[in-house]
Amino acid sequence: MDWKIWSLKKSPWVFHVNVGACNNCDIEIVNCLTPKFDVERFGIKLVGSPRHADALLVTGVGTRQAVKRLQEVYRQTARPCVVFVIGACACGTGIFHEGYHVEGPVDKIIKEVDPNAIIAYVPGCPPKPEAIISGVVKALAVL
Amino acid sequence: MNQSELNNKLAQIKDKLIAFEQPAANRIYLLCESENAFVVNRFLFEQVPARFVIATGIDSDNCFEIIYHYSYDQTGCVINLKAFIRDRDNPSIESITPFLPAAEWIEREIHDVLGIDFRNHPNLKRLILADDWPEGVYPLRKEVKK
Amino acid sequence: MNKSIKKPVLAVGPFHPLQEEMEFFQLTVDGEIVTDIDVRISYNHRGIEKISESLQFDQVPFLVSRICGICSASHPLAYVQAVEDIAGIKPPERALYVRTIINELERIHSHLLWVGLGGHFIGYDTVFMWAWKYREPVLDLLEEITGNRNNYGNVKVGGCREDVPNELVPKILKELDQIEKKTDMLTKAVLDDPVLHARLKGVGVLSKEDAVKYAVTGPTARGSGLDIDVRRDDPYAAYADLDWNVIVQPAGDVFAKAVVRLLETFESIKIVRQAITKLPNGPVAVEVKEIPPGEAVGHVEAPRGETFHYVRSDGGNRPVRHKIRAPSYVNVPSFKASCIGQHIADVTLTLAAVDPCYSCTERLAVIDRHDKITHDYQALLKLSREKTALIKKELGLPGIKTEDLQIG
Repeated sequence: MDWKIWSLKKSPWVFHVNVGACNNCDIEIVNCLTPKFDVERFGIKLVGSPRHADALLVTGVGTRQAVKRLQEVYRQTARPCVVFVIGACACGTGIFHEGYHVEGPVDKIIKEVDPNAIIAYVPGCPPKPEAIISGVVKALAVL
Repeated sequence: MNQSELNNKLAQIKDKLIAFEQPAANRIYLLCESENAFVVNRFLFEQVPARFVIATGIDSDNCFEIIYHYSYDQTGCVINLKAFIRDRDNPSIESITPFLPAAEWIEREIHDVLGIDFRNHPNLKRLILADDWPEGVYPLRKEVKK
Repeated sequence: MNKSIKKPVLAVGPFHPLQEEMEFFQLTVDGEIVTDIDVRISYNHRGIEKISESLQFDQVPFLVSRICGICSASHPLAYVQAVEDIAGIKPPERALYVRTIINELERIHSHLLWVGLGGHFIGYDTVFMWAWKYREPVLDLLEEITGNRNNYGNVKVGGCREDVPNELVPKILKELDQIEKKTDMLTKAVLDDPVLHARLKGVGVLSKEDAVKYAVTGPTARGSGLDIDVRRDDPYAAYADLDWNVIVQPAGDVFAKAVVRLLETFESIKIVRQAITKLPNGPVAVEVKEIPPGEAVGHVEAPRGETFHYVRSDGGNRPVRHKIRAPSYVNVPSFKASCIGQHIADVTLTLAAVDPCYSCTERLAVIDRHDKITHDYQALLKLSREKTALIKKELGLPGIKTEDLQIG
């Protein structure tokens, strides 16, 4: 196995991006860090820049104003990388699909710059921390 | 002031209004033409004084409406000032931001989504629509579908 | 002519620890003091008011509950109150009590969230961990009552969708006791700490006069001496039947706002206890036929301040116009008044004190008009924590070990 993939699986560093979310998913992601769920014991670490990240956690519908920013963040993220699409909005724009300012969902925006992007979906509104952790761990096991 | 004192106070601005409606003790609707909105707003904010809540812009049947919502917290009364902008081709109204900084954002927003001009607004730049949103498309106007 | 050199400051800033964000405030500084701010918000705009016009009246609560994850109970409540006003509908008494319980439980976990974030910004990551840990039992309670930790989906036009089962009452009371103990511990840790007094007092002051000009609400207003609270001023749900206090602090600084939020949490616990014990019997909803033509407003006191909805109906089954105003829409602009004159080390904290709900308003950050970064979020956060460390040193206190989480 490619050693880069191995280190990603062993201890993924993730960078979080919100492209038009209500904050529920974002808060549940932060909850994963807190003592009750404590993802750091799995080696999952949140970093402050996409350049240090193995994976992106993306929440939100993908508003028109956020499209370029998300694509820029994706370009800056070190390869190989996995894009985790968290929540109903990011997976499929959810209840906002008719919004005039909505350009998502997230996979459509990412695939515009990289049709071969590796994307994993964790649906829910919001997905509970258990679901997020489970989704991330499962996806990494399959890689 | 109690509610009846508030009603008396509001009567002072009667000559600028088309109508005064009070569907409930704590809900008042004042109607006026857009030309008088500035003076009535100033009266509500400075003389009553009431707390500005927000403004609602509406693409109405043959005009635009801007409803300025105020709260008189001492009695829990919500005072709604409905201003009618009759000129649909070049809708414009005097900005109240110069004496009410709290109105800055909402006037910019209404300008974005309804295309109404706020004369003398100190900073009428785009607020909520994307940088590349097409000019002249006002999403909250009825003619704009999805 | 102004001789000092003005440099724009760029902070790409999450105010929630994880988020790297997209623009918004353009700060100009003179040396290290903020002199002006301009704002541009668009990243979170989803066009919700227009979406509402294409939904039926009874579908709208599900939409507005997702405006913001932490005001998830207040938006639908303000909306249904407006619609009930148009139609002259009076929900049953039990529904009013259930609404009160859900909304106050939300206030408790929202305020605890804020305490945690505040701690994070000044380098007290232990406070962050504790506060977010003690939020969890509240979220579990909400999940037991409504089926979800967030997005409760509990209100509808005419009452509530789900009842609080009577068998759950003893458990809720027991949990409240625990939550109260933990909140008490957290409050003492925060309010008795001389470092926090030094770090938070006099910082980010919003004068009473500015509070009025910017029409702020909620703890942002009450922390500047404005005695306003929708629950008392224009009572809704069951608040008029219950015994509780509005918390007001005069100083207008970050410390005052922290005190308001902490003491309000105790009041919320009091309210839930009373509401649970006095829960009247009966149904939790009345049947709703049509919504006649008309217009009305509905407002509630969300954790961040007044949430205000205006609804207009033409007798059809969809709203003709639905205006939504979240509290952050007026609170965040007041950042201009409380931030100018501040040192950049205090910028993140000053903004956090307003407790902006990002989705309610927009996501906020600061951009350089020449796209030049002089201070990004990481740098501003570091400055904020360094100031705390300096204060500790000046007070001659032993270095308290706060975990360096590297989470943002």
